[in-house]
Amino acid sequence: MRVLIVGATSGIAKECARIWAKQPDAEFVLVGRNEAALEAVAADLRVRSTTAKTSVFALDITDAVAVAALEPKLVALGNYDVVLIAQGELTDQTEAQASVAVIDRSLTLNVTSVGIFAELGARLLGRSGRGNLAIFGSVAGDRGRRANYSYGAAKAFIDTYVQGMRHRFAGTGISVTVIKPGPTATAMTTALATSGKLAPADAVAKEIVAGIAKGKPVIYAPGLWRIIMLVVRMIPSPIFNKLNF
Amino acid sequence: MQTNVTSFGRLQSLPHEVENAGSFASARVGAASTSGISVLPRGLGSSYGDVCLNPGGQLLVTTGLNNFLAFDEGSGVLTVEAGVTLGEIQRTFAPRGWMLSVTPGTQFVTVGGAIGNDVHGKNHHARGTFGDNTLSFTLVRSDGTILNCSRSENAELFYATIGGLGLTGLITQATIQLQSVAGAYLDIENIVFQNSGEFLSLSDESEPDWQYIVSWIDCTSKHGRGIFMRGNNSSDPRVPETNIGGPAVPFTPPISLINRASVLAFNQLYFHLNRAKAGAAKTHYQPYFYPLDSVRRWNLAYGPKGFYQYQMVIPRAGGREALDEILSEIRRAGQGSFLAVLKTFGEDKGPGLLSFARPGITLALDFTNYGDRSEKLFERLDAIVASAGGALNPSKDSRMSRAMFEAGFPRFEEFEKYRDPAVSSAMSRRLMGW
Repeated sequence: MRVLIVGATSGIAKECARIWAKQPDAEFVLVGRNEAALEAVAADLRVRSTTAKTSVFALDITDAVAVAALEPKLVALGNYDVVLIAQGELTDQTEAQASVAVIDRSLTLNVTSVGIFAELGARLLGRSGRGNLAIFGSVAGDRGRRANYSYGAAKAFIDTYVQGMRHRFAGTGISVTVIKPGPTATAMTTALATSGKLAPADAVAKEIVAGIAKGKPVIYAPGLWRIIMLVVRMIPSPIFNKLNF
Repeated sequence: MQTNVTSFGRLQSLPHEVENAGSFASARVGAASTSGISVLPRGLGSSYGDVCLNPGGQLLVTTGLNNFLAFDEGSGVLTVEAGVTLGEIQRTFAPRGWMLSVTPGTQFVTVGGAIGNDVHGKNHHARGTFGDNTLSFTLVRSDGTILNCSRSENAELFYATIGGLGLTGLITQATIQLQSVAGAYLDIENIVFQNSGEFLSLSDESEPDWQYIVSWIDCTSKHGRGIFMRGNNSSDPRVPETNIGGPAVPFTPPISLINRASVLAFNQLYFHLNRAKAGAAKTHYQPYFYPLDSVRRWNLAYGPKGFYQYQMVIPRAGGREALDEILSEIRRAGQGSFLAVLKTFGEDKGPGLLSFARPGITLALDFTNYGDRSEKLFERLDAIVASAGGALNPSKDSRMSRAMFEAGFPRFEEFEKYRDPAVSSAMSRRLMGW
């Protein structure tokens, strides 16, 4: 299976790749910003699976022109079974409220870049007419909260975008999935991770890989977050706005 | 952002600035040296005491640096990023015929932490310490230099960093030697002993033929009875999948569950159960190397005040008398625990300037934190250890005196020359003054 991962140094995406690497024909195309970090992820996959093949492309993933130049190189490698779009950055809410530059930076990476690669992924899978396109959203996108609505709003974009793409590919062999991890122990959450209260990234990745294989529309991982967020979404605003979380 | 951080013993929880050492490792250490606040590399924080704490300063957490980088199937030489855990190495390479040469009693330890604490295992007499099986590593210093350190390159920093308690800079990757195994099993034999003399003769007799030797000692018993456990890697080639997700201690109980009554009952039970099943057997490496990893968060059972581990090493000459004296102090104080581990170290003097493992007898025990009462007992034990010419293990410590440290680690002054000026810990401030 050939897997394209954008934002391949992301903690959860990396754990997903380690699971796919157990398949004897796994081939990884890793895209991201930091070449040395991507090479380390590629080396890791090759150590874990002596048969795994890897290619690495480092570029400014927010630059549509650079991505356009990347596209023929990706096409040349062949057809893809899975496209996983994982780039993202946790926005500091206080900073976002004070600075349009922070909002802009968040939207460029969390929204624009994701949009560019979602369309690129759709074109790559369209060539064979089959495969799974999966994009990382977040439980933060399910309801705006004072603590993180800047990040949450960017992630909510992905929900609607995936919804539209599913509509577009309905009845074809292409599935489109939004992944909503709950708080997970990765580099993004180092400060919280030391408290030991976060889900381990490998367990979260296991649920994601299984969900993508089934072509699920929405993956909550751990699965419990589907119920938690259902409750959170149902709380009426007058009550919600009095809650402190 | 300030986050409250504790260590495995949970004696204190204090605010730290927590940073991901991640892929920008070199920039991070450099930034800290110019911002004026101290940094401390930290892996999984499985050390009991304050070696992995830097309250008021920054922690550079390496757990995101978790890639394998290279492996030679022929020689068993493995290069990893510093945040790779020992458990991940065992699970990945056991099916391929390789396992760690040296592993401590928990797999929830990073390679960087294993080097920084120069950890030892049950096979010290056969394989030395983790540092002895470390071939090289990359060290990032706060002045921005990135150094490859080995026995032939930057050797002084190599020996200072092994067992250097994280104080010489940030280890970002390391190359270690694995040992060849047939499969995931060990052939073991358990033997009952009635006193420390029997324990020592069993050790002497077993060391040439058995790679792994460890003993559990009943710290509530009069003469120091216990179970002597020896093992070798089995020729059984099977490597079944392991599941490390056992039951967990769900929350911190209001008082320690480890008290005089429960310890007495447990030790009686454990001794008699094991006496009943003494003899030869075959076991998977998981319960053998990592018996406590099967109960997640067991450290919570010691209650909200946390607990201490006290590990000492004393030379063999006069060691039996000192050991008996230590055991009787503990029994008199009625403060022992379930987890009393006794073993003899081999002739290896430890590769690092501050390596703890050295020839002699080592005993490690956990103690519920009873405040002053605990400290008074530790001071009595310190006196026995000091007069026997022994040392305490800094990786486990949170209270030893500076004098005790300096006596146990005579190369401490030489070590200070290799410290990174931007790196500091609660322990280094306590034992070295900065």
